[in-house]
Amino acid sequence: MAVLSEEQSMLRDAAKSWVQEKSPVTAFRKMRDSGAELGYDAAAWNEMAEMGWAGVIIPEEYGGSNFGYLSMGLILEELGRTLTASPLLASALAAASALVLGGTDAQKSEWLPKIAEGTAVGALAVDEGAHHAPDRVAAEVKGGKLSGKKTFVLEGMAANVFVVSAKGDDGALGLYLVRGDDAGVTRTRLHLADSRGAANVEFKDAAAEPLTGGKDLLEKVLDRARAGLAAEMLGSAIQAFETTLDYLKVRVQFGQVIGSFQALQHRAAKMFTDLELARSTVEAALAAIDADSPDTPELVSLAKAKMGDTFHLVSNEMVQMHGGIGMTDAHDAGFYLKRARAAEAAFGNQAFHRDRYARIQGY
Amino acid sequence: MADFGGTDLEAFRAEARAWIEANFPASLKGKPNPMMREERANPSADQEAWRKAMGDKGWGVPTWPAAYGGGGLSPAEGRIIQQELGRAGAYNPIGGMGVMMFGPTLLEYGTEDQKREHIPPIVKGDLQWCQGYSEPGAGSDLASLQTRAEDKGDHFLINGQKIWTSGAQFAQWCFCLVRTDTSKKHEGISFVLIDMDQPGVEVRPIQLINGTSPFCETFFTDARAEKKNLVGPLNGGWTIGKRLLQHERSGLSGGGGMFGMGKSLEQLAKEYIGVDEQGRVADADLRARVIQNDMDWRAFQQTAMRAMAESKGNSGPSAATSIMKNAATSTLQTRAELTIEIMGHQGLGWSGDEFNKEEKEAVRSWLGGKATTIYGGSQEIQSNIISKRILGLPDLTQSH
Repeated sequence: MAVLSEEQSMLRDAAKSWVQEKSPVTAFRKMRDSGAELGYDAAAWNEMAEMGWAGVIIPEEYGGSNFGYLSMGLILEELGRTLTASPLLASALAAASALVLGGTDAQKSEWLPKIAEGTAVGALAVDEGAHHAPDRVAAEVKGGKLSGKKTFVLEGMAANVFVVSAKGDDGALGLYLVRGDDAGVTRTRLHLADSRGAANVEFKDAAAEPLTGGKDLLEKVLDRARAGLAAEMLGSAIQAFETTLDYLKVRVQFGQVIGSFQALQHRAAKMFTDLELARSTVEAALAAIDADSPDTPELVSLAKAKMGDTFHLVSNEMVQMHGGIGMTDAHDAGFYLKRARAAEAAFGNQAFHRDRYARIQGY
Repeated sequence: MADFGGTDLEAFRAEARAWIEANFPASLKGKPNPMMREERANPSADQEAWRKAMGDKGWGVPTWPAAYGGGGLSPAEGRIIQQELGRAGAYNPIGGMGVMMFGPTLLEYGTEDQKREHIPPIVKGDLQWCQGYSEPGAGSDLASLQTRAEDKGDHFLINGQKIWTSGAQFAQWCFCLVRTDTSKKHEGISFVLIDMDQPGVEVRPIQLINGTSPFCETFFTDARAEKKNLVGPLNGGWTIGKRLLQHERSGLSGGGGMFGMGKSLEQLAKEYIGVDEQGRVADADLRARVIQNDMDWRAFQQTAMRAMAESKGNSGPSAATSIMKNAATSTLQTRAELTIEIMGHQGLGWSGDEFNKEEKEAVRSWLGGKATTIYGGSQEIQSNIISKRILGLPDLTQSH
């Protein structure tokens, strides 16, 4: 765990106790069973916003606290522990970053205060196929009207404003704001294995306002989203590991708790090792963003790839080590397994980020 | 980096810089430390002068107490010395097992008399220590060691065989785990200091698969250890011996120091394999594995930095330290495998002019590196430590 400031420690402790009391995994299960159209519990999201979490990276003049990305990561990590679904990542981190970094004063004034208080939800619409490929964009803006199809938009069902990647009149890639209530916006709910609120979104001549910064802005916003998602994955992976470790200490076979078998002990030690390494990369990526460090892109790719591998391993081991009970829907193991794969695929999987890391290093 | 008392530290930096400039022989600038090389048996006059200067100053072990000849400096001042040595292209001539392992342990557990006798020669680099731990029948199960120390009134009589005694052929003294009670396992072990310069001690270097002989077999036949050289209580050596291993592991997981980290894998891959039209390493399968290793190493480095920040910060001892040895050694072994794979047949050159220095070092480094997951607590022992001590998983009970 990074060395935290007093404010950060308080924020983390507050998140930890709220998650334990108000949003255990049973809350996620209830949300899933209800078939909630938004993919999250709106009442819980209101509570989170009331505690100021949606304003953590937003400047004070727009209603936020400007605590930074490492602070936001601490909250996402705690939420990840119990798989708490909310628009915190898509709206308060990703869409808010796009506005903070590339918005005009008018755009910031219109959206950031509402995002900070949780009354508006933003979403990032960048991909157009089954794989994350931010360079492959067919969506176009002509005369201020955006047309194109975006896939796997996180919180796409809830979004009041979309941050959309598209080619402008000059053919250059950039980000645009499109209002959720524009007549040219059509959403299709995606029912994915992880039960979150993803959607395919079609834009037909929707009114689009440009953000400033072009492709650089897109990369910066994506890196912030990736690092935040990695923090959420860290929390989920740690909880999956701890739940499994608890089980190893109580499940008896052959007259022993199965955690006394060395074959399982060494696999547990391997998971712990990978979690410690992954934590270092996630915290380094978030700290690099806060410091506006030039090695941010490579540290973010390192974090997303390492965290993806680690969550992948731990979620598989969670099912295997629980045995038959881990295969049942009544147990939480399946939730972590499904969430792991969805989170891996979002904003670039391990293969994507390994390749990106090497390209940044020049090989 | 914010250090408190910045002005004082800056003054100290100026002092350190001036002293190094005045004392470090220009002929040694940028040269490797002779400590771990064959030439240490025959040091040059400048190498000797530099060792003596640093030894007298106590700056080879800057944070050890001045009462025993150490630098008596704060950790922050110690880091400044390290930085200024690096800046001047100077190596620290004071090192070895006395500095890394035995000294810190004796400072913690030794009597005042023992510290006054044994610490100053380590500080000055006047003599070297070796480690008498493993035996042919006691490797990972170290506590099963059988070397006997018999009570003869004013001294112990030592009989038995040690193995993997690193640097025993260069050492004047040995810190040794011996059996003083055969009726108990862990509680029958004592920690004694043995003078290697006596008739009952025989040392035979062992040649390893990479051609070097960093380890020895050491035979004790009616060797003597004075009673005053028992460290800690009789039959209380296991605790001290384990503490010393922690110093050893923290030294071993430094990582980079274990191998010459010369060229990066991607540089080597570009040279030996070539690149495609996009500038990527032309062999896609190899490239993917190089990337994985590169990123594993970066994650390890980030963890080393985090552990250091945490140890100085407010969050208590870092759990991250327990994973360091396995993480570092497995990544570096893979790196060595990739290096010879990239070099192809050239990476298997053992000797002769058909192979360059880098290639010949690659093959020996690959082979020598296999030891890193065996010594200092094998990879499996490290996994046992993590699973039992950190994760709290229980021991196996006898099956029925």
